[in-house]
Amino acid sequence: MDWLKKPASDTQLTHGDRLWLYIIATIVMLLLVIPTLIVMPMSFSDSQYLEFPPSNWSMRWYYEYFESSKWMRATVTSIQVGTLTMLLATPMGVMAAYALFVSGHRASKLLFAFLITPMIVPVILIAIGVFYSYGRVGLNNTIFGLVLAHAVLAAPLVMIVITSALRNYDLNQERVARSLGATRIKAFFVITLPQIKFSVVTSALLAFLTSFDEVIISIFVSGGSNATLTKHMFAALRDFIDPTIAAISTIMILVSTTLLLATQYISSREK
Amino acid sequence: MSVLNSPNPVTEDPGVEPLNEKSLRAQDVHEQRLLLSLATPAVLAVIAIVVIPVGWLFYLSFTGSDGQLSLVNYQKMIEYKSYARTFVTTFEVSILTTLICIMIGYPLAYFLAMLPERLAGFFMLAVLLPFWTSLLVRTYAWLVLLQKNGILNDLAMSIGLWDSPLKLVHNLTGTLIGMAHIMLPFLVLPLYGSMRKIQRDLMHAAANLGASPVQAFWKIYFPMSLSGMVAGSLIVFVLCLGFYVTPAVLGGGRVIMVATQITAILENQFNWGAASALGVVLLVVTMIILTVATKLFKLDAALFGKR
Repeated sequence: MDWLKKPASDTQLTHGDRLWLYIIATIVMLLLVIPTLIVMPMSFSDSQYLEFPPSNWSMRWYYEYFESSKWMRATVTSIQVGTLTMLLATPMGVMAAYALFVSGHRASKLLFAFLITPMIVPVILIAIGVFYSYGRVGLNNTIFGLVLAHAVLAAPLVMIVITSALRNYDLNQERVARSLGATRIKAFFVITLPQIKFSVVTSALLAFLTSFDEVIISIFVSGGSNATLTKHMFAALRDFIDPTIAAISTIMILVSTTLLLATQYISSREK
Repeated sequence: MSVLNSPNPVTEDPGVEPLNEKSLRAQDVHEQRLLLSLATPAVLAVIAIVVIPVGWLFYLSFTGSDGQLSLVNYQKMIEYKSYARTFVTTFEVSILTTLICIMIGYPLAYFLAMLPERLAGFFMLAVLLPFWTSLLVRTYAWLVLLQKNGILNDLAMSIGLWDSPLKLVHNLTGTLIGMAHIMLPFLVLPLYGSMRKIQRDLMHAAANLGASPVQAFWKIYFPMSLSGMVAGSLIVFVLCLGFYVTPAVLGGGRVIMVATQITAILENQFNWGAASALGVVLLVVTMIILTVATKLFKLDAALFGKR
């Protein structure tokens, strides 16, 4: 245990003096990760009641999930809505972020603040407001209505990621291209976009996940054959503990972990 | 920073006529406007999904059941005790969650900030993994862990912490545990960011000048990490105020927060006026807290991702 006596801080503390910090941090990190992960082994239990560790292993709840037309329909809807949200929010957010960043117009700061209001207004308020307005124009229970609402929630995230990427990028390169005769659009696509492409991909993944995981707007605005996975899951959670949810949760954890690792990989590539 | 703000290369040429300069500036302004128009789709979408629907709710909240303009919805809010209780619960849960997050989030962020950046990046996955996992999945996980014959009760009883199963879920305890878990990353990420910016030399200097490690921490480090902590706490607090899913599931009907009551009013009474009035109050309170706090602590940069 030699390392305990080695200096750890700039104020002459040794690792031994810091041990309490390491212990607290480890506990907090375990508390953060374990509850999410513990659902995975439990989803392979044979029992009606969720137990850990499971006394008998089985794929029972996965069959339950994959053979249920209700869950399959909802999964397809969620993937569909997530993909469309990504396709709508990413260009919308990139365009807005680029415009506000490059244009020196006085209004750009104000516009930025306006465009990120969906992050500040409580989602419950947006949800019931959209539900009411959609009721008037017949957009409730439609894919398009849900995608539009989700895209508005996701676009601010795209804008924040892209704005921070543009900050680390030298816009003079675009000026050079333009002085050599490229139009602004061509300069953007040929010079700027390739250099911020990893951030664009990251923001697109974020947009997908925002929609895929979104609960409150989905509860109100989606329904019928277009109900999302989260809407059904929420309903199931309020009633009783259905082990099928453990199986679905495991799949959702795998999806988000894959996307997270992808973005980590991407950002390490960008550096 | 901006291409168009900086003087156009052509105008810098001393031989250019002032007349040209004028038309170039007009061109600049024209192009600025053209550029801003790229933001039009996003602006229209926000108007359609946020401005109009929330504006409509605003109008509904000032409308009585007969369709006439009235303050009846707000009067009810003052008269009926259940509303006051909801607001008290909402603030109670939000404040407690924020405090729990600070107490366990600060040591974690400090630990991460002390590590070399590569190692910190690895441990950061412990914060990012739950952050990226669906909030519904995490709420479900806690429901399973905390139930009467759940793992936590089993574990605690087998090591003798308590004798009979405790009621850990469908009450305030469960709600707080679940919410703190979900909100923690929102505190740790900005806090970690602000801690990383603190120059380690300052701690060195403090030690050289005779400060004990504890003194150096409280006099130098802690005050400099405050901006990140305030920004993070503010995000957590404001998100808590409007939170719906976790209190609805883990509170089991015993923890009625504003969002829960809004949906209950809509589901049971279909009373849009009352639900809207609650929503408007929630929005106004959120806005006031955000404005006051950003003014007070000059948080614009930390809050709006301008790192």
